[in-house]
Amino acid sequence: MSEKGTRLFGVDPLILHEHYEIDYRHSYAEDSPFFVGLTKGKLLGSRCTGCGYTYATPRSHCMECGAPTAWYELVAKGRVHTFTTCHYGGEAFLHETPFTLILVEFDGINTLFLSRLKGIAPESVRIGLPVVARFAKTPSFKVTDVWFEPAEER
Amino acid sequence: MRPVYVISGGITKFAKAHPDKDFRLMAKEAYDYALRDAPRFSKDMIDGAVGSYFSDHFTRQLKAASMVQDYLGLCPRPSKRVEGGGATGGLCFQSAWEAVASGRMNCCLAFGFETMSRVNTWKGNEFIALASDTNFDFPVGGFYTGYYAMMVQRHMHEFGTTVEQMAMVSVKNHGNALYNPYAQKAKRLTIKQVRESPMVATPLTMEDICTMSDGAAVCVLASEEIAAKACDRPVKIVGVGSGSDVMRMADRPHGKVLLLPHERESDYVHLKYPGVHSFRGGRMAAKQAYQMAGIRHPLEDLSFIELHDAYTSSEIQTCEDLGLCKYGEGGRFVESGVPFLPGVDYGMSLPKQGRLPVNPSGGLLACGHPVGATGLMQAVFAFWQLQRTIDKHLGDNTIQIKNIKPGSRGLIHSHAGTGTYITVSILEAT
Repeated sequence: MSEKGTRLFGVDPLILHEHYEIDYRHSYAEDSPFFVGLTKGKLLGSRCTGCGYTYATPRSHCMECGAPTAWYELVAKGRVHTFTTCHYGGEAFLHETPFTLILVEFDGINTLFLSRLKGIAPESVRIGLPVVARFAKTPSFKVTDVWFEPAEER
Repeated sequence: MRPVYVISGGITKFAKAHPDKDFRLMAKEAYDYALRDAPRFSKDMIDGAVGSYFSDHFTRQLKAASMVQDYLGLCPRPSKRVEGGGATGGLCFQSAWEAVASGRMNCCLAFGFETMSRVNTWKGNEFIALASDTNFDFPVGGFYTGYYAMMVQRHMHEFGTTVEQMAMVSVKNHGNALYNPYAQKAKRLTIKQVRESPMVATPLTMEDICTMSDGAAVCVLASEEIAAKACDRPVKIVGVGSGSDVMRMADRPHGKVLLLPHERESDYVHLKYPGVHSFRGGRMAAKQAYQMAGIRHPLEDLSFIELHDAYTSSEIQTCEDLGLCKYGEGGRFVESGVPFLPGVDYGMSLPKQGRLPVNPSGGLLACGHPVGATGLMQAVFAFWQLQRTIDKHLGDNTIQIKNIKPGSRGLIHSHAGTGTYITVSILEAT
């Protein structure tokens, strides 16, 4: 927003335009290896060193028993556990609509993974659809560096 | 803990925008209404206050509750802000209850507000989505409707719930609101109209989803002594419960159902719980509140429910959490007509119409959802229902639950992002 002066929307009551913007120095902290993993085409989950509970997401301590977890590499193939196609969204994502969100389930893993599903018409998405992870060639170090597409055996 | 009563309440009209009033004035209007409504009640009886609003992004004023405290002339009495996403209002109500139940205060004001009109709807959706995990969930979806859509998609898969059953909730709640002048979006709808309204996130359409609002609500909670002194017909708070769930839906377990007293493990042999189809925190909240209130069969023991229907789907899911029907039966529960108001024509056949009305006010779907005020709005509607004063406050008796007598109970339920915080409170007519 570069306009100079004050922009008014109304005078009674007096309503004016205000712009607000801020930069953050955001640390992924203990979850950092997950994001580095994505740049190498690896999807890292967490396995509890105490009770063996396996998470498909980063979580440095087990929420079941409290013990530290260890990183493990997920097999990049899973199935659609549930899905939706968003025709609207938060402002930051409005230009990307429609997009399809899925929760992915993996064999033998206790929890799910939220991602986008690409390369398929929204009306063809179904629960149980086999999907495979794809990784960005040029990473943005965000969780969107990974997404899923229908697996070939479809 | 000692008994706590609701002795007065007030609400502003919920609207898309109130550009002529800031949050202080909105809260003041609701507060003045509450002061006027209990003639023997006066400001000097108030020992302190709890304020609730959800988002600093929406308000663009940190510590806004301090400014309400001073606007109401309550300084230097104790005050604090409570925040818990969509459940902010319900948590505020329970925080005020704690203050009185513990004996710390004899009378505590709970006030809540939200001003969501300062940004456009889609920026607002972005702000709300910042209440999901900003490393793992926000960058992917950035949209709460999308999260709830995934939840109900799984509910449909597990249980056969249909979009038409969801649409019936929309017809009911928007229809109930025709008799509630406080509501933002009252209208007569058909199932077909709900389904044909613009798709937001499959399978949820515009009419399956609540709107953003500006508004405020207050409740005055007091000890037995103050209640007897200040109020002709106080309402007793007989049950309080709350629960939580894991922030990232992806991380939720697939285990065993948390059972209510009238359920058995054999009811749910094959169900993996809560997964992403159910709100475990809501079940926990209900279990605690029922235990405290001595409720064993919610469907028989309650006269009405005001629950957090931010989405038609979450009303169906919540009916199951509250044990009004078994898990998986929520869709058929709506179809049966049980949660509709008796004597109102919804334009459809409802065999058991009106057995236990859910959201007689119109709920969030029709009243609007000014987040910090919402849970308190439910408390005020429940208070008026149990006082049998709906006609006085709404100028229309249609949604007044007819068989309210001393000992009748109503339940209010407040809920935050995909079920991460949930409160259940049970109120009783005296």
